[in-house]
Amino acid sequence: MSTTRAANPILHLLARLGAAVLGTFAAVGRLTLFTLSTFRHILTPPFYSREFFHALMNVGYLSLPVVGLTALFTGGALALQIYAGGARFSAEQVVPQIVALGVVRELGPVMVGLMMAARVTSSIAAEIATMKVTEQIDALVTLSTHPMKYLTAPRVLAGLLTVPFLVAVGDTVGVFGGWFVAIKSLDFNSATYLKNTIDFLEMPDIVSSLVKGAAFGVIATLMGCYFGMNSGRGAQGVGQATKSSVVAAAVLILAANFLLTQAFFAA
Amino acid sequence: MITLTDVHKSFGAKQILRGVNLTVERGESCVIIGGSGTGKSVMLKCILGLVTPDRGTITVDGEEVSASGDRDAFLARFGMLFQGAALFDSLQVWQNVAFRLLRGSLKRPRHEAREIAIEKLRRVGLSPDVADQFPAELSGGMQKRVGLARAIAADPEIIFFDEPTTGLDPIMAGVINELIREIVVEMGATALTITHDMTSVRAIADKVAMLHGGKIRWHGPVAEMDTANDPYLTQFITGSAHGPIETVR
Repeated sequence: MSTTRAANPILHLLARLGAAVLGTFAAVGRLTLFTLSTFRHILTPPFYSREFFHALMNVGYLSLPVVGLTALFTGGALALQIYAGGARFSAEQVVPQIVALGVVRELGPVMVGLMMAARVTSSIAAEIATMKVTEQIDALVTLSTHPMKYLTAPRVLAGLLTVPFLVAVGDTVGVFGGWFVAIKSLDFNSATYLKNTIDFLEMPDIVSSLVKGAAFGVIATLMGCYFGMNSGRGAQGVGQATKSSVVAAAVLILAANFLLTQAFFAA
Repeated sequence: MITLTDVHKSFGAKQILRGVNLTVERGESCVIIGGSGTGKSVMLKCILGLVTPDRGTITVDGEEVSASGDRDAFLARFGMLFQGAALFDSLQVWQNVAFRLLRGSLKRPRHEAREIAIEKLRRVGLSPDVADQFPAELSGGMQKRVGLARAIAADPEIIFFDEPTTGLDPIMAGVINELIREIVVEMGATALTITHDMTSVRAIADKVAMLHGGKIRWHGPVAEMDTANDPYLTQFITGSAHGPIETVR
């Protein structure tokens, strides 16, 4: 083996590159099959309503505080930045419009998506991975319950349905954060600020925000389930699955954000 | 009757089962013994369909496991006690025990499922007040009992016990052994147990099968185990460091 390496370093490099490419395609294939299987289980009975309700609470309701706080501070900081930047070319008055546009089109959904990756993806991955290493997944099978149907389908459906609401809350609170900073620190008139915000926003801005929310909700929950179900053994396996799920969710959310932004606004 | 014929299973380059042949008669309690990593749990998971064998056939009452069309109906015939009990942390004890009775083809009304769960908990020596606790609040021995109650909750025809006494003190291990024996006799179920614990073997088994080198090395009635002329079996049951089974020290 070592002789071959020494004799054909280029061949060895190509072999490693080929293995990496094949590995990537295999991973994409596995994830695609997992996604298709998840949606098949979402659409076909039996449905586990109790598990779905728990997932709704965990993914949606219990994420409200972190989403609200993140959006509030982001909206406030954005108002300050735009005011300071706009002052360089006497455009301070565009703060309401840019805050609304920035929060609704980009920062709201992306911040909520990343918060979902941090809070929800990690918890789902750790929970399912722990279930796997303690044989709870095997126990589910022996109890005639399909793990994809019982664990994955309710969580992904909850992500699909609740994250758009979270994004709507995040958008609203973010705009409110900008408004609050603008009237308290930047001497804006409250009524004028709100009128400018409302007048400037258009329906496609809001729709794109909610669609992004749904996509990010699916990505965040799906990554948690996928890496949890495929975790290695022991505490190290659980840790690795959790870390990989958060990284994959964050990267995929940012990539999906770019693609969706292009789809909605590139023309 | 459970029949394994020439069952092979590998994980990557590691060959675990190399042609297992074993028959467990209906109503019989068979205990599988063998060193760590010899594939006892893999064999059990192959029977349940949790792991697919590379080669060979496994039949339960003549029906091939891999060809069983209705998985729900097939699995409804089994109960299993896992090594670490494998209780669902997010569910209360009674919901764990009645898991199968709360969903699927065996679904019962909630209050009825709870009553059955409490009855099964009583059968394994746990009081009804345990029913509303969560698994994390219980000791290891109590968790095993809950796992046992869950395994018998739907009155299965076949029960698997994976290392039922591992991690328990000798007294609690004795209690679990007695419970298993009583329940298997009482229910007339076929039982397949994996263990390293020779006290368990003597308490639970009608027949013993020793798995070594990926094959069944010895199979026979428990009464003949001590007099069997097999150096591998003798070394294992005496726990000797010297003999044909390689030990790493």
